[in-house]
Amino acid sequence: MTTTALPRAIPVHQGTTAQRALRAAITPGGGVFVLVAVLLVAVIWSNPNFGDPSFLIRFVGRTAALAIAAIGQYYVIVSGEFDLSMGAVIATQVVMAGNLIGQDEGRILPVMALMIAVGALIGFLNGVGTTLLKVPSFIVTLGMFLALGGLVKYLTGGAATGNPVDKFRQIGRGGIQDVPVVEVIPYSVIILVVVAVLGALLMRSSYGRSLLAVGDNPEAAAFAGTSVWWTKTWAFMLSSLAATIAGILLVGYAGVHPSVGQGYEFQAITAVVLGGVVLGGGRGWVLSAAAGAFALELLLALLTFRDVESTWRNTVQGTIIILAVAASARAWTLGRRPSGSSTGQVTGPPTAPAVDTPAQPSKQPPTRSGTDTGEH
Amino acid sequence: MSAVTTAPRTKGARRNRRRTAPLTSTQLVYVVLGLIVVVSALLTLTKDRNFFSQGNLWTIFTAMTVLGFIAIGQTLVILAGSLDLSVPYVASLTTLVAGGIMAGSDANVIRGVLTALAVAALIGLASGLIVTLLDVHGFIATLGVGLIISGYLASNYQGSTGQAAEDLKFFGVTGLGVMPYVAIFMFVAAGLVWAALRWTRWGHHLYAVGGNRAVARMSGVRTAYPVITAHVLCAVFAALAGLTLLSRTGIGSPTIGSQGRYDLFSIAAVVLGGTLLAGGKGSIVGTIGGVAIFAVLDNVMGVMGINPFLKDFVRGLIIVLAVAVYARRSIVRRPARFGHASALGSVLKEDA
Repeated sequence: MTTTALPRAIPVHQGTTAQRALRAAITPGGGVFVLVAVLLVAVIWSNPNFGDPSFLIRFVGRTAALAIAAIGQYYVIVSGEFDLSMGAVIATQVVMAGNLIGQDEGRILPVMALMIAVGALIGFLNGVGTTLLKVPSFIVTLGMFLALGGLVKYLTGGAATGNPVDKFRQIGRGGIQDVPVVEVIPYSVIILVVVAVLGALLMRSSYGRSLLAVGDNPEAAAFAGTSVWWTKTWAFMLSSLAATIAGILLVGYAGVHPSVGQGYEFQAITAVVLGGVVLGGGRGWVLSAAAGAFALELLLALLTFRDVESTWRNTVQGTIIILAVAASARAWTLGRRPSGSSTGQVTGPPTAPAVDTPAQPSKQPPTRSGTDTGEH
Repeated sequence: MSAVTTAPRTKGARRNRRRTAPLTSTQLVYVVLGLIVVVSALLTLTKDRNFFSQGNLWTIFTAMTVLGFIAIGQTLVILAGSLDLSVPYVASLTTLVAGGIMAGSDANVIRGVLTALAVAALIGLASGLIVTLLDVHGFIATLGVGLIISGYLASNYQGSTGQAAEDLKFFGVTGLGVMPYVAIFMFVAAGLVWAALRWTRWGHHLYAVGGNRAVARMSGVRTAYPVITAHVLCAVFAALAGLTLLSRTGIGSPTIGSQGRYDLFSIAAVVLGGTLLAGGKGSIVGTIGGVAIFAVLDNVMGVMGINPFLKDFVRGLIIVLAVAVYARRSIVRRPARFGHASALGSVLKEDA
């Protein structure tokens, strides 16, 4: 424990836990949680039924697919790329599930294994096209979007085909019944929680650190010994796998149609950007991306409850993302200034881990843990 | 990721090292186009039809026009280091505005066209201001603007309304020889933009800002101005595409732009034409080549009677393969002497 003697030195933590939580909340990555909270209050105020725990958990269940897609898209965006193929991957998986599983319950597991393999393969192709063929990811994934979408529509004739057995659809639709307080816990919520926890842990692992480094500055990351192409390819695979999971959930809700998942790539990118993740890579927290999905869905729910015509949804959505990104561009710039506080700058958790010393409230807190404070 | 294109200025230097000067990427675009034309002509022959017949060439030039207009504008925006995803909605809006004002009467043609162009210019101005003043990346700014317009379209127009003036419709279907007037107009517009990029201060500033905004700013370029004008011009070109569509269909339609997926296809055509998605490098000539590649492909797939869904599959494949050819080529030939920032990464990064 060393005390900082320099008068100009910036201590690791300024202020109490509450103050730091407040500061984290005004970073883009933390701000989205505030946005979710505000929207939630507004929605409940518009429609008190929404505050019912059973209603809320069903809402979380419905949003799970988009949140999982956003978590997948996060990995690609934070590595500095785009994945526009997400919607087409979802359509492919939905159609595959519908046609291969059919009414045979015994086929559920093998077909799911096949779907995961196909998802990983698509991500691998996207990643290799971007990294080794050096084609911009916008173009690679656009090509994949056209190719997969065209193929799926060609094979199905553009119409709904196949109907997977009900047990498979239960993954997206069903849940654990007779739970106290919330009545039912949808399986999709459980899957979302598992994906979110794994995703957050992954970003704390060495892979996650490398991914952020690659997104921020690929050259520096390469000089530091990171295999840039492998790291980015994994990000694309994670994205396609997330789309696969979202597809499995969507089968339960939406059924089997080649248009399921249409527009999901832009929805997921919007969610990620709402979560304060910077397009171009290197900045943002994975759970903020998932929170961005909830913010988006809550916003749409609010519009519905306020009796705004559904046709205006896009307009509101467009306005919000422009404002959110404009605000976060400002916030990140402020956060980068050396004189400013940079608590939670990179990952922006709503409440930074408390390594605080409450014994000395007003003077410089003495502990220095590893947080990057941009001291000069 | 290193540069996709080679600047023409380095050509001389390379010629000293190699006996045969390698193709610039614009030339390569036309080599690819030539190959596709030859293959298409042969495939068309197997169906006992002539690829170079007047009717077929007319079809191809007609198909090039709408995407051509949009891709010219998209090239400007991409060169400036931005993107425009709102073009399909601008095009749809123009068909409705112009069609609504014309209401089938020849007397209102000028007023309808000018109003439509002015509305588009305002939208482009808004996008440009959002990108430059609010520091929002073009992808998000124009995605947002596109969503805003699409909401407006969906709320105010339930179906097709308005009617094109007969004059405009007539203009759309007449032409000189194998080329419709609209296509000639598109080529002339491309020529003007090409000249402006090559010989005006604005054009040079556009390349400079797209290449590296910070360096351009420190060199005394007003970085906002070229970006805003590029966005305005892109929207105006999208409006011209909308007017072309209006002259063909005769009615204003709120979904005609998004059905054509002109946002993604114009970006694909620009990149197919050898322009760097990161901005700062590329040419209008290449873009027209990219548009022609799409038009020829569509034409031959139509002649061969390929399933419309399968067409998308082929398009997707061609886009990736063609761009992979340019990208790999320049990497093999020109190893980076200095570290480049990642192509996509640097364009998307908020300016520090």
